[in-house]
Amino acid sequence: MSKQLYYEDVEVGTELPPLVKSPSSQQLVKWAGASGDYYQIHYDKDFAQGTGLPGIIVHGRLRASFMVQLMTDWIGEGGTLKKISCQQRGMDFPGEQLVCKGKVTKKYAENGEHFVECDIWAENPRGEKTAPGSAVVTLPSRG
Amino acid sequence: MAEESVVTDEMRAAIGTQSEPTVIEIEKGMIRKHAEAVEDPNPLWQDGEYARRARYGGMVASPGLLTCVMMMGQRVQLPFQLPFLRVLDGGGEWEFFQPIRPGDVLTVTNKLVNLRERTGKSGKMVFTITETTWKNQRDEVVARAQGTIIMY
Repeated sequence: MSKQLYYEDVEVGTELPPLVKSPSSQQLVKWAGASGDYYQIHYDKDFAQGTGLPGIIVHGRLRASFMVQLMTDWIGEGGTLKKISCQQRGMDFPGEQLVCKGKVTKKYAENGEHFVECDIWAENPRGEKTAPGSAVVTLPSRG
Repeated sequence: MAEESVVTDEMRAAIGTQSEPTVIEIEKGMIRKHAEAVEDPNPLWQDGEYARRARYGGMVASPGLLTCVMMMGQRVQLPFQLPFLRVLDGGGEWEFFQPIRPGDVLTVTNKLVNLRERTGKSGKMVFTITETTWKNQRDEVVARAQGTIIMY
């Protein structure tokens, strides 16, 4: 894994390294099996269109797990993900790129722990934020 | 003019209802399959030398494991039906207190914490907000989540 991120390395405004995902329909089937979500709008095009959708869509919970990966990749082994939220605002479609991004909004020390808060979101190729949210992590300190 | 409400007082009275607890045994395969489905190669979620030497002294689950439907347990049984066919995941918030390891036995319970109504582009929508709590075999709260389901 890459080198450890420390509390002193981040400032308000620091951007997280983007996590680029290109979920295929096969990945959605893998997620259905691993997560137990067998709702057909995620793998049966006719079913999805029958409910008024343009086609099969990416599971909101898979996208939430991508947002978790955005955070755990960034904070490394020494960091701890305390909290994450993810709204399902728009739809993502398989075959399209989905980029998870984030930016530091706050940092503070409390009870000997070093907290960093971030705004996070997933963006589709049209630049729409389909899954806005936020995250709170603790990072190790050099101090 | 006030529109007729879909959420009745009877429905509101169900706020606070809890589900029966569900017991989930965490297996290495669940942790691995979740990471594979996400295509998350983090070695902390793998049963290898890296994880053994790392902070937790062994394989742990990605916190994202708790976003899986199979980790949600039994839903709250509501004493009414909403007049909608379509269901959307509105999103959620997860708070993590303890790492999850293979062999952990988690007990998960769900509680209906709110019902809200809104009129959207396609008519009436009802937002059901559920709080989920996971405890481990030591009775420690491992995580807590709030999830929103939209019916319309």
